[in-house]
Amino acid sequence: MEVIDYFIRRQSMVMELFWEHMYLIVVAVGIAVAVGVILGIIITYNRTLAQGVLIVCQVLMTIPSIAMLGLLLPFFGIGFTTGMLALVLYSLLPIVRNTHSGIIEIDKAIIEAATGMGMNEWRKLTRIKLPLALPVIMAGIRTATVMVVGIGAIASYIGAGGLGQLIFNGISRTNPPMIITGAIFISIIAVGFDLILGWSERRLHVAGRD
Amino acid sequence: MLNRILKFLIVPILLVGMGIGVVIYVVENPTDSMVARMLTYDFIISSMEKHLLMVFVSMLGAIAVGVPVGIMLSRPSFYYVGKVIENVVNVGQTVPSLAILALFFTFLGLGFNTAVFALWLYSILPILRNTFAGIMSVQPEVVESAKGMGMSPWRVLSKIELPIAYPIIIAGIRTAIVINVGTATLATFIGAGGLGDMIVTGISVRREMVTFTGAALSALLAILLDYIIGRIEKNLVRWS
Amino acid sequence: MIRLENLTKQFPGMDRLAVNKLNLEVGKGEVCVLVGPSGCGKTTTMKMINRLCEPTDGKIYVDGQDTSKMNPIKLRLDIGYVIQQIGLFPHMTINDNVATVPKEKKWPKEKIKKRTAELLELVGLDPREHGGRYPSGLSGGQQQRVGIARALAADPPIMLMDEPFAAVDRITRSRLQNEFLRLQRELNKTIIFVTHDIDEAIKMGDRIAVLREGKLIQYDEPGKILSEPAGDFVANLVGRNRSIKRLHLIRAHEILEEEHWGVPLDTPREEIKERIEESVISTVMVIDEKGYLKGIIGRRAIEEKEGEKAEDLMEEVPDNVTDDATLNDALSVMLEIGEGYVPVVDADGLFRGTLTLNTLLDQVRSDKSAK
Ligand SMILES: Nc1ncnc2c1ncn2[C@@H]1O[C@H](COP(=O)(O)OP(=O)(O)OP(=O)(O)O)[C@@H](O)[C@H]1O
Ligand SMILES: [Mg+2]
Repeated sequence: MEVIDYFIRRQSMVMELFWEHMYLIVVAVGIAVAVGVILGIIITYNRTLAQGVLIVCQVLMTIPSIAMLGLLLPFFGIGFTTGMLALVLYSLLPIVRNTHSGIIEIDKAIIEAATGMGMNEWRKLTRIKLPLALPVIMAGIRTATVMVVGIGAIASYIGAGGLGQLIFNGISRTNPPMIITGAIFISIIAVGFDLILGWSERRLHVAGRD
Repeated sequence: MLNRILKFLIVPILLVGMGIGVVIYVVENPTDSMVARMLTYDFIISSMEKHLLMVFVSMLGAIAVGVPVGIMLSRPSFYYVGKVIENVVNVGQTVPSLAILALFFTFLGLGFNTAVFALWLYSILPILRNTFAGIMSVQPEVVESAKGMGMSPWRVLSKIELPIAYPIIIAGIRTAIVINVGTATLATFIGAGGLGDMIVTGISVRREMVTFTGAALSALLAILLDYIIGRIEKNLVRWS
Repeated sequence: MIRLENLTKQFPGMDRLAVNKLNLEVGKGEVCVLVGPSGCGKTTTMKMINRLCEPTDGKIYVDGQDTSKMNPIKLRLDIGYVIQQIGLFPHMTINDNVATVPKEKKWPKEKIKKRTAELLELVGLDPREHGGRYPSGLSGGQQQRVGIARALAADPPIMLMDEPFAAVDRITRSRLQNEFLRLQRELNKTIIFVTHDIDEAIKMGDRIAVLREGKLIQYDEPGKILSEPAGDFVANLVGRNRSIKRLHLIRAHEILEEEHWGVPLDTPREEIKERIEESVISTVMVIDEKGYLKGIIGRRAIEEKEGEKAEDLMEEVPDNVTDDATLNDALSVMLEIGEGYVPVVDADGLFRGTLTLNTLLDQVRSDKSAK
């Protein structure tokens, strides 16, 4: 009840933070998709490079996000830039990994057939590899997005904005409705993205079967 | 054999060495007097202790609950309950860790125990999910032939289902521990202490060295634990 | 040994009965083959015998004892079970797979080790080469053999075998079938054997139970099933070429002729020539002093080759069959090597004689005229 009261009273502020949070997520994931898919494709052509990149990805993913923010802080200072950089970095990892494995795990026979039909590398990539790897890439984007929602909340602490502010301010002012509002909104965004992206991922899978 | 152990130990020793190196460096070369007052061996060690205590207590508790419950849900009589709980767990896992900590804080208040409780609950999810999924992934004909040969249900579970599901269960524990270490650094926000303290204090008093120490130590710890469990996972699967 | 009385099974949510009032008796040492189209209830019947699946109605007696009153674990330990999908344990080596039941029965370690090696050899695998491997390292046919060895491990008096040879090619299957029949002659187990291949049923069974939609249509010896099929369903199942199917029922040693055109290694050229002229297949078989088949000499070889003795003139044997092979097996080999004959050897590889296409045709003809 208190929570609903709070939300109604501070609606415009909460919604502003909500949109700020969404902006953070969409921009970070957008950049990460652009860079990650290209990087993922590049490393399918070189095994040693792929191994190196994937190990780095794996290690970076295990670093706690607040620690990553702390490590970036000395270089980029407090504020939006550091937050965005951390978000892009984290969301890159699953996208690179899934793009790579999505393409590598395509049945060799299919690629051979395409080569046999006289397709050049570019056409093979755009006509065969990417469409077939799409569901896997989509799964990576889904993981990245859900992760970024949570890390975005933490990034509020270093002044990147977003709904995390409600939680941090709520804790320091001991204002439970504020904390709960923040936590619930963040959770709804995460679960919402997970459901929507999960649904489109399954659609891609089904389309791939036919 | 000795060779293998040595090879296994190289990375952990390197990581621990790096951690010790960082600690010695920052304590011996503080950038100013404030940093010198904050970064003492005692303080760093006690933060580390608290952090490890938080992680290990919640992890052991999570394994102790997640694995048995996962096994129970995989029994045929719990089939539908298992499917429902699997979905609940999936949703629970998407809820960001900061939101979980914040929610528990509002109900249980500040402190170490709240953090351990939240970490415990949050870490159960991947363990339970993977235990359930691992056992469900055992091919039905394998279970049927075990039963048909006269193994008791308990023997089928302990000799066939669990060993086959082992790698997946361990992978769940690995996921849980990485999330757990990461979330434990956030526990500072609800007053539970640990390595997060250093990161956050460093940010608020604008002393990069303090932040860096906390960040480096928690990152090294996460990488170390992930590596160790990843190795265990690899060494278990000789058969696939 | 095994008696089914009015055995009935209805799965929840299915209006049809999976098994419908089945009555069947299998004597000790008999091979009873259940045959019928997919979904007719063969697997379900088997699973009710070892109680992996409880009957809706009816009784099962094993050795006169009502199985519903027995401890299912004890019951299963004494019934070897080869499941349709093989179901090897992927995380155990071949040795450990085979040792499963002996371990359950707490045999001493040494005995288990000996038994495992013995069984792997029995099913034609090399214990040293294959024993330490995991199932993923074996071919489908090898896995199937391991499945059979595993079921045999504790020497159970009863075996339930659900399409045990389904995962292998035709040639390997016929070899496995023959090995199985040879084993059965030694082991003398009571076996229920499922297949949907009527040829396999005729070859393997002492008696055949034809099932259709859970009902027993006919239960008879293979010869009877061929000569007096009960109704259109069985007749269709058996097919039109029943006389040829009968070739499954006769084994090479039963009709081997005395005359086998064998000559020793040191037979002189002239004598070989004479023998080839006499031989209906225009070929002689060269046998060494121990009785092993060493080679063959045909008309072409003797005309083109130099040399005075059989051992200089002989050519490689294209293929042979064992004396427990069915005439059908022999026929396939003849077609494969493109000759009108095939040499027959016994289990130890000693030469026993020669089967010719004419003998086979005579069998089919005599069967036709007998009817
Ligand atoms: N667990 C089950 N639940 C519901 N129906 C089942 C179950 N097992 C088998 N059935 C049904 O019972 C019928 C008989 O099945 P069964 O497996 O005994 O056939 P089968 O003769 O072994 O066939 P196949 O040659 O394909 O192995 C089928 O219609 C099948 O769909
Ligand atoms: Mg079946």
